Amino acid sequence: MLHRYPKRVAIIMLVLTALVATFPLWGEAAFGNQANFMLEKLTFMLILALFAMSLDLLVGVLGLVSLGHALFFGLGAYTLALASPDFSPASMWWMLPLVMCIAACVGLLIGVLVIRTKGIFFIMTTLAFGQMLYYFVSTSRFAGGTDGVFIMFRPSLAIGKSTLLDLDNPYSFFYFCLGMLLIGYLFLRWLTRSYFGQVLDGIHDNEQRMQALGYATGGYKLIAFVISGVMAAIAGMLAAMQYGFANPAQLGWHTSGEVLMMLILGGMGTIFGPILGAFAYEILLFTYEHMTTHWPILMGLTIIFAVLILPRGIAGLIIAPPWHRKRHMTANTSEVPQGPPSAQSVTNSKEG
Amino acid sequence: MDLAFFSVQLLNGLQYGLLLFLIASGLTLIFGIMGIINLAHGAMYMIGAYLVYDLTMRLGNFWLAIVVAIPIAIALGLIIERLFLDTLYKRDHLYQVLLTFGMILVLNEVQRIIWGGNVHSVPVPAPFDSSIQLTSNLRYSVYRLFVMGVCLALAGVIYWIIRHTRLGIIIRAGAVNRDMVEGLGINVRTLFTLIFSAGVALTAFAGMIAAPLTSITPGMGDSILITCFVVVVIGGIGSIKGAFWGAIIIGMATTFGSVLIPSLASMVIYLIMAAVLLVKPRGLFA
Repeated sequence: MLHRYPKRVAIIMLVLTALVATFPLWGEAAFGNQANFMLEKLTFMLILALFAMSLDLLVGVLGLVSLGHALFFGLGAYTLALASPDFSPASMWWMLPLVMCIAACVGLLIGVLVIRTKGIFFIMTTLAFGQMLYYFVSTSRFAGGTDGVFIMFRPSLAIGKSTLLDLDNPYSFFYFCLGMLLIGYLFLRWLTRSYFGQVLDGIHDNEQRMQALGYATGGYKLIAFVISGVMAAIAGMLAAMQYGFANPAQLGWHTSGEVLMMLILGGMGTIFGPILGAFAYEILLFTYEHMTTHWPILMGLTIIFAVLILPRGIAGLIIAPPWHRKRHMTANTSEVPQGPPSAQSVTNSKEG
Repeated sequence: MDLAFFSVQLLNGLQYGLLLFLIASGLTLIFGIMGIINLAHGAMYMIGAYLVYDLTMRLGNFWLAIVVAIPIAIALGLIIERLFLDTLYKRDHLYQVLLTFGMILVLNEVQRIIWGGNVHSVPVPAPFDSSIQLTSNLRYSVYRLFVMGVCLALAGVIYWIIRHTRLGIIIRAGAVNRDMVEGLGINVRTLFTLIFSAGVALTAFAGMIAAPLTSITPGMGDSILITCFVVVVIGGIGSIKGAFWGAIIIGMATTFGSVLIPSLASMVIYLIMAAVLLVKPRGLFA
């Protein structure tokens, strides 16, 4: 699953990245006085893309479906909100490590408990832990209860006294989020293609076989769980920076369900798919919200039909478009005699 | 805490636990036999409560409303199983989670369109709208005792069906090895439809008899769903016995938690779950 993609994937992703990155140049022409609002939306989509991508490491690569991933998203948001000083901006240089550190510790603690479970048990226990934190913050006075916590000042990114990037400026913040997403993407791409990623892929295919080969699979899964949580927490921190508050709704199980939806809409196990999924989900949501006040019906039906009709998501359409599928299959069979069946064809036959 | 107060809490905990069992038993049956994780289970509980509220208002009689609402709930289960779940049996749990998540959005919004966002209540029906003297200083609501009785009776019926009937043997065998049951010439397709409808009917019925005891609110199914997940995880997925004891434990913990340690009350059940998972990762009765 993590092997080579057709060249069009790289081309499409590069074009989209260029399009997004140049938004400040053409946004005003396209949206007029709505441009600032659109920039804000776009920034939030970048943040959600990072969030969805982090979950792909668990769900797509490792095959562990988590329904409590919003826990880390909210954790990042609350860490920033509670650790920020009241009357001055916090420094990004220690806020980012703090968020990562806390997320890693919580990830380890929960991971040790949930990683021993599989399949349905993993879904239910991650869900339950997510709800635990949800109830904890929504009933705790120090965390502002159901109102959440407001962040008076965005953290600053400065060296000494000179500001490196003014995060209060929506354009700079937009590029900051884009940068974080790109770093996250490159990191995950590297990780999944590394030795570590190969082991995760092996665990996904057959955990017992990996154990028989002498791998301590639990340790690998735990590390992946922690990494995934840390990345989600960074996304949560960015979300809290953007809107200036941390709210219990950010870590409820509905958020976890939505991020899973972005993953499936985009195509899991592909790392780039969830980015497309996050954008597609938000655009659909935006459209539906403008069409009717009863938009959850439309969103719900979209989810149901996406699951029924498009199980491999947008990424699946790009990697193997329906009009290419026949040629793709014949190309595959001609490659087979040259060597032992690749992991690619194994996973294909399993899913097909 | 004096004895009377303690006894009232004990009864309340038992009553809540038994109600939880009705909902959780459907959830665990559907998972254990069909391998389907149904997030929309809580929404069915909500639909049950709203149906009985609506029909009580229209028909003027709670009992008549229940009689009319049960077939509607069963029909809803049939439609959902035939229309949507059919394609999902062989797929990964992820798709079931997502499809039923989409169903929650639709059902919650349909509820809002039909019944609005207000909080409703149903009066406790006659002949149970009073309390009786249990001991010299303990009075208790008759309706709560009635609910306990009904839940216990249903628990007994479920236990009897699963332990002592031919259908029960098929259900237990289906939970262990589906292909084998199919190979023996049993129509698994029909069995699944039956189980799913029964599960939906159980949770909707729980919503119906709980309606006079709770306030009927939009989204009431979501919180009960998560609680039932905890029940099922503690008891062991697919185990009816586990669902029963898990529900009693959670019912007691919730009731006593909110009296003894109000600040931690909403978290108590999750702490219990974490403790159980530490000792037995597959649940108490798996």
